[in-house]
Amino acid sequence: MMNDRSTDAPIRVLIAKPGLDGHDRGAKVLARGLRDEGFEVIYTGLRQTPEMIADAAEQEDVDVVGLSILSGAHMALLPRTVELLRQRGMDDVLVAAGGIIPDADVTKLKAAGVAEIFGPGTSIGQIARYFRENARRS
Amino acid sequence: MLGELRTGERRPLARLLTRVEGGDPSVRALLPDLFAAGHGGHLVGITGPPGSGKSTLVSALIGEWRKRGRRVGVLAVDPSSPYTRGAILGDRIRMMEHAADRDVFMRSMASRGELGGLAATTWIAAAALDAAGFDPILIETVGAGQSEVEIARLAETTVVVEVPEMGDEVQAIKAGLLEVADIIAVNKGDRPGADRAARQLRAMLSTAGGRIERKPPPVLVTTATTAEGVPALVDAIEAHRSTARSPMRARERAASQVRRALADLAARHAEADPGWEASVQAVADRELDPFTAAERLLDAGRLE
Repeated sequence: MMNDRSTDAPIRVLIAKPGLDGHDRGAKVLARGLRDEGFEVIYTGLRQTPEMIADAAEQEDVDVVGLSILSGAHMALLPRTVELLRQRGMDDVLVAAGGIIPDADVTKLKAAGVAEIFGPGTSIGQIARYFRENARRS
Repeated sequence: MLGELRTGERRPLARLLTRVEGGDPSVRALLPDLFAAGHGGHLVGITGPPGSGKSTLVSALIGEWRKRGRRVGVLAVDPSSPYTRGAILGDRIRMMEHAADRDVFMRSMASRGELGGLAATTWIAAAALDAAGFDPILIETVGAGQSEVEIARLAETTVVVEVPEMGDEVQAIKAGLLEVADIIAVNKGDRPGADRAARQLRAMLSTAGGRIERKPPPVLVTTATTAEGVPALVDAIEAHRSTARSPMRARERAASQVRRALADLAARHAEADPGWEASVQAVADRELDPFTAAERLLDAGRLE
């Protein structure tokens, strides 16, 4: 439906690539897939610091922050991003991660506030469903 | 609420913009104060074809205005899918260097079904940035074709961004996008043919009047990636500010705002009317024409 602007606004998702990691095919495929699932996806591109991501999320007032990381630096970058989001008053934003993350780190990341971690083989439908069920709605 | 906007805190402004975009009914009560709180920030539209470098140019413009000590607000619009209502909002990629600057506020907006290159709520979002004290306020449209000229009704100064490969002289004299330009930037000035394209534009645009009160728009060459030509573009935009605030232009802009508000209010009232569903169905069944349906809904609203 076009133009039904007052009813249920689309969920806004920020997709970011923290750190020094040049592989963004996955992030772009996901951004495109979420678009087709009816999300508004703000894509911020490569090589972002946690500060830049948190500042962008704050201005965009997104419902979900999706962090794609393949570099192995997830234990340094993901908890820091969550911390900065919380500092900016975004307590209820859903933070999820995707990439190559060992099982041993998953528990620690969840304890640090990353709500869910999607590994290789996850379908876009699964991620979309998870976001719909868990994102705060403003 | 409005007091919070003036503190320079980002979060209250970001939250308000979400409510504005979503058509939250509680926003209505804030609007008189919101518009009254405006500081008179210069509304600058940046439009042009997809891939002409609008976002990169906006980023360079932010950099230049920051050097001049100004607080810059940006609204960047990208299209929504007419099928899924989803959108990729990618303008931020080119502007991330300013993400941490507390004196720059940048917000991406999806067009959400609106044609014309903007979202239906962009002008209210611009008023919110104005109330928060940003000046200038840059509004980057959806990549425009030849006739997405809505921005010229909203912005005080409209910059049309072209590229050296924009076409021949006939493109320069077509009605539409180029006609609404207060300033033209031939971007990607490091490519061959940029100066020639600028000369052709100047020659063609100097020969005809269009809107009678106008001088031909200045044509500048810019290279957004290196900021070459960007200080001159900022000077040209600043110089246009007083022209943009002539009583005649101010009246035109006010009239278009009232028309927008009228259309918006009328649609809201009509959609809330108990007769809405039946009227729409009657039009769908070809028992009623859309104009009579609209007229009846308006009349019903007036009787309340």
